[in-house]
Amino acid sequence: MALSQKTKETLLGPLSQNNPVIVQILGICSALAVTVQLKPALVMGIAVTIIVAMSNVVISLLRNTIPMRIRIIVQLVVVAALVTLVSEVLKAFAYDVAVQLSVYIGLIITNCILMGRLEAFAMTNKPWDSLLDGLGNGLGYAIILIIVAFFRELLGSGTLLGFQVIPQWCYEHGYMNNGMMMMPAMALILVGCIIWVHRSINK
Amino acid sequence: MKLNTNSNVYTIIYATVIVVIVALLLAVVSSALKPRQAANVELDRKKQVLSSLNIDLKGQDAEALYEKMISETEADGKQVFIATMDDGHTKYIIPMRGAGLWGPIWGYVALNDDKNTIFGTFFNHESETPGLGGEITTRAFQTRFNGKHIRQADGFSVEIVKGEAQGEQVQAISGATITSKGVESMVNLALKEYEPFLNQAAKVAPAAEQTAEEAPAQQDNNNVEQTKEEV
Repeated sequence: MALSQKTKETLLGPLSQNNPVIVQILGICSALAVTVQLKPALVMGIAVTIIVAMSNVVISLLRNTIPMRIRIIVQLVVVAALVTLVSEVLKAFAYDVAVQLSVYIGLIITNCILMGRLEAFAMTNKPWDSLLDGLGNGLGYAIILIIVAFFRELLGSGTLLGFQVIPQWCYEHGYMNNGMMMMPAMALILVGCIIWVHRSINK
Repeated sequence: MKLNTNSNVYTIIYATVIVVIVALLLAVVSSALKPRQAANVELDRKKQVLSSLNIDLKGQDAEALYEKMISETEADGKQVFIATMDDGHTKYIIPMRGAGLWGPIWGYVALNDDKNTIFGTFFNHESETPGLGGEITTRAFQTRFNGKHIRQADGFSVEIVKGEAQGEQVQAISGATITSKGVESMVNLALKEYEPFLNQAAKVAPAAEQTAEEAPAQQDNNNVEQTKEEV
């Protein structure tokens, strides 16, 4: 399928050039909270991608009817309703996943990326473009989360996805896990490093 | 004709309609899925009880296993689970509730029939930090309790300490001091609440050990009833 230049930009732009976390500086708070380990970061990335894409489409469909003065409230209602629906359905059909996600529900609703994309993109664009924009931004967010979580779990606990990757003999020869990596402050510093690398490449 | 989407009347009607639609949608979905969700919650509770017996539930029918092994009873109006293991031993499982750093934590502690040795534990939480307080759900943490004794000079308790644990102490999770403290006070609170039950059970324990599989549970029930009358 050949994508037009504009479509490509909408979908792929947020992955690097216009990344929601490191360029738009949105969703930093949740990037700190769920990146201690790789697995919750993955789950959060997927969940946010789905919710941003879905709410972008809904708001885009409604965009011409929404009264300007209450648009933020309408956006919030749509997001909250979608998140609640998804979590209810998961609770009924995939209970284990729902339990895993329960911690993140609040974080998803209050994620600045959602409101940011709804306000900046879905309110003025067609549903198809909004869907791509939502997917792109969700994935852009997920990539940063995964990079940060990769380093935090590797250096902080010596594991990846719960599996031991730093061999035992390293510990026997005096290697120690870096406890700092478990703290949210380190996530911020890592995000800073990513922004640094990203800016110096893209200048 | 183009609608004036900025008029007051339109705004109020729009808000009302949106809220009513969303409320209806959520209500319908919620009530339609309620039975399934309740069944899932109940199954999950049974799995948690079984987990405190160090049973690996992978690929097992938790529902049937629970029916087979666990009988629910009450001691002084408080819930106690009595489990009959495959080898005929009886375990007593006490439910616990407490507070972690961010939200509620809960769990089950399974005791041997001497009502002193911890056979296994299960902990879960709602919103502890993954990788820190969230580690209480791992087997690595839960098995630290196994084999510890709860009967101390001044009543029933378990001590959770930072760093190396010695003797009857249990090692805390590093970086999760408050959650570890929460687990400690939750266990101790539950043991305190169940003190009468634990005390009388210990008296019959030696006899119970020699009787047949069903006997300990039976005897215990009688005992519980006796104390009720005494009270």
